[in-house]
Amino acid sequence: MAEIKKADGLVDWLDQRIALRTLTKVLLTEYWIPKNINFLWAMGVVLAVLFKILVISGIFLMMYYKPDINLAFDSVNYTIMQEVEYGWLWRHLHAVAASAIFLVIYIHMFVAIYYGSYKRGREVIWLTGMLLFMTFSAAGFSGYMLPWGQMSYWAAAVITNLFGGIPLIGEELVIWIRGNFVVADATLTRFFMLHVLLLPLAIITIIALHFYALRVPHVNNQDGEILDFDAEADKYKAGNKKESKVIPFWPVFLSKDIFVLSAFLVGYFYLTFFHFNFAMDPINFDPANPMKTPAHIYPEWYFLWSYEVLRGFFFSSDLGLVAFGIANVIFLLLPWLDRSPVVAPAHKRKGFMIWFWLLIADLIVLTIYGKLPPTGINAWIGFVASITFLALFFALPFITKAEAKNASKGA
Amino acid sequence: MRDLKALIIVAIVTGIIYWGVEPLAHGIMHPPVKAAEYDYKDTPILPKGDVANGATLVQTNCVACHSIKSEGFEAPMSDLDSANSYGVVPPDLSTAGSMYHEGFLAGFLKDPVKATNLSHKFTDSKPYPMPGYSWMSDSDIADMVAYLRSIAKSDLSGKEIFIDACARCHSLKYDKVFSSTPQDIVSNYMGSTPPDVSMMIKSRGAKYLHTFINDPQKLLHGTAMPKVGLTQEAEKKVVDYMESIGDSKKEERESLGVKVIIFTIIMTIFAYLWKVKIWRDVH
Repeated sequence: MAEIKKADGLVDWLDQRIALRTLTKVLLTEYWIPKNINFLWAMGVVLAVLFKILVISGIFLMMYYKPDINLAFDSVNYTIMQEVEYGWLWRHLHAVAASAIFLVIYIHMFVAIYYGSYKRGREVIWLTGMLLFMTFSAAGFSGYMLPWGQMSYWAAAVITNLFGGIPLIGEELVIWIRGNFVVADATLTRFFMLHVLLLPLAIITIIALHFYALRVPHVNNQDGEILDFDAEADKYKAGNKKESKVIPFWPVFLSKDIFVLSAFLVGYFYLTFFHFNFAMDPINFDPANPMKTPAHIYPEWYFLWSYEVLRGFFFSSDLGLVAFGIANVIFLLLPWLDRSPVVAPAHKRKGFMIWFWLLIADLIVLTIYGKLPPTGINAWIGFVASITFLALFFALPFITKAEAKNASKGA
Repeated sequence: MRDLKALIIVAIVTGIIYWGVEPLAHGIMHPPVKAAEYDYKDTPILPKGDVANGATLVQTNCVACHSIKSEGFEAPMSDLDSANSYGVVPPDLSTAGSMYHEGFLAGFLKDPVKATNLSHKFTDSKPYPMPGYSWMSDSDIADMVAYLRSIAKSDLSGKEIFIDACARCHSLKYDKVFSSTPQDIVSNYMGSTPPDVSMMIKSRGAKYLHTFINDPQKLLHGTAMPKVGLTQEAEKKVVDYMESIGDSKKEERESLGVKVIIFTIIMTIFAYLWKVKIWRDVH
């Protein structure tokens, strides 16, 4: 152990004990990011801030929320929304952030797909990212149940019921998940636990892994260019800042992120204060009533595409469930479904570019038709869009294999 | 430039999804219905009524069941007894003349089932608790309406209107207003439990409430809720009252919202200037 000397200040005192200066370099001032990026590279920081908003507002909400089917609705809609000073503010911040975070997750995710940032050494970043998408989905779903409104109840009933379709163990599994034969108090209390303890814990852990996974392969750039980060960092440190292809995380990268974040927050606060119905469905302001099925049951917007894959096979709930299961894990496999070694933005990969925009278009159709009543022509459009979704992922290895062949010919 | 192009693409895709899952989907799930009508065209236009004759008629025909507390006529039975007798507590008539449209009142006196639009619920075998007075002449009906209008105070608050027009069946527990007819009795009478309406301003919105209160059948075909016949002014007061309870922080929310957004815009400007300064060295 190094000799401990009399410190000449708090920073030095800490530096001698926890290597504060080294830590600052590793995490901030000498954590190198490519310079050739656009504002879409700021989504990670936007997500981190939204997650912080969710945690902080969630802590305040938990002080008054009561996880009991007889008290939950009023504790949210009366105690928090009307009695507690600024309770409404925490709820609005929480509900709108929960919806907005999915928009940013999707942007983040499709930016990674567009620029090929999920392969050639970045597979673990992709996998932890998709695990975050899954845990956030579970957190979104469990959180939606807590106000115990009509949509809380019926969405919980419909979604937990899906597990009944699993062969052999289905029926027991549904009861095990619900803690009762029907969605009831036991269901609410366990989803409360998941929402405020287990899932946030899992999310924080996976975020740490996600950040760590970035350190070795480094952040991708707009052209998929392979950079020698050590050499570029040396240039930067030697003062050739303009010539160097990298920038330090602090202050250069974050100065741009903070600008993007601030601009994003303007929109987020507008939604929070003035346009929140998209995130706080009016139907959920009716208290849960197991005797009265709402005319239209639909999940939050960010689940609509996979919900439509489920409903798309309207003639067979078993097929729908299988397709739904595939839809929920298929993105995890993307690094292995893409058989091409080329890391480049989609507009430089002809076949992949078409695939990418077909996928986006299909997801838009699935999302919109996931909300519309599945009657008449809508059911068929949903079916075609669901089949297209599966077909696109089936086709991806062939498209990228062809690209790989051309690439090796070119080389 | 690349940033701008990426931003435009993100905005377009987000915009299409928003349009699809919000305005488009809600438009399809809740098709628009005809706007509320407040002139009660289907009821006869009445000759000008004679208040004195109206007073005699009301006091001989109505007070056997109804109270008119402002005129000193107390209810003949307790709420519980009258709920048990009629299915629902009969309303006090002190305020009826100003909060209900006169055309509706006249139509209601003649044929309550037709005026309330409840012919699917009340039939000869299951008659409406109040008898119709179609055997009276139009001028007698007009006199009774004139009398009710003469005794009703005109500056009723939203809460007063709510209590007289709605709270015989509906509770609004967030303002500690509870239905005068006990829940089990009114549930039996209506065929389903009239919901607590504390949060209806949030779950339905003001526009829906106006159309619905004006004529429930338009939006909820087959419902047991009667057409209430409130004047446009009285109905607005009721909905405003419901908003003041169910969305009590609206004013605070909107004023704080403006401040927070202005703050964030200023923060964005400073963040941009700082970013430009920092990046000057590296570009």
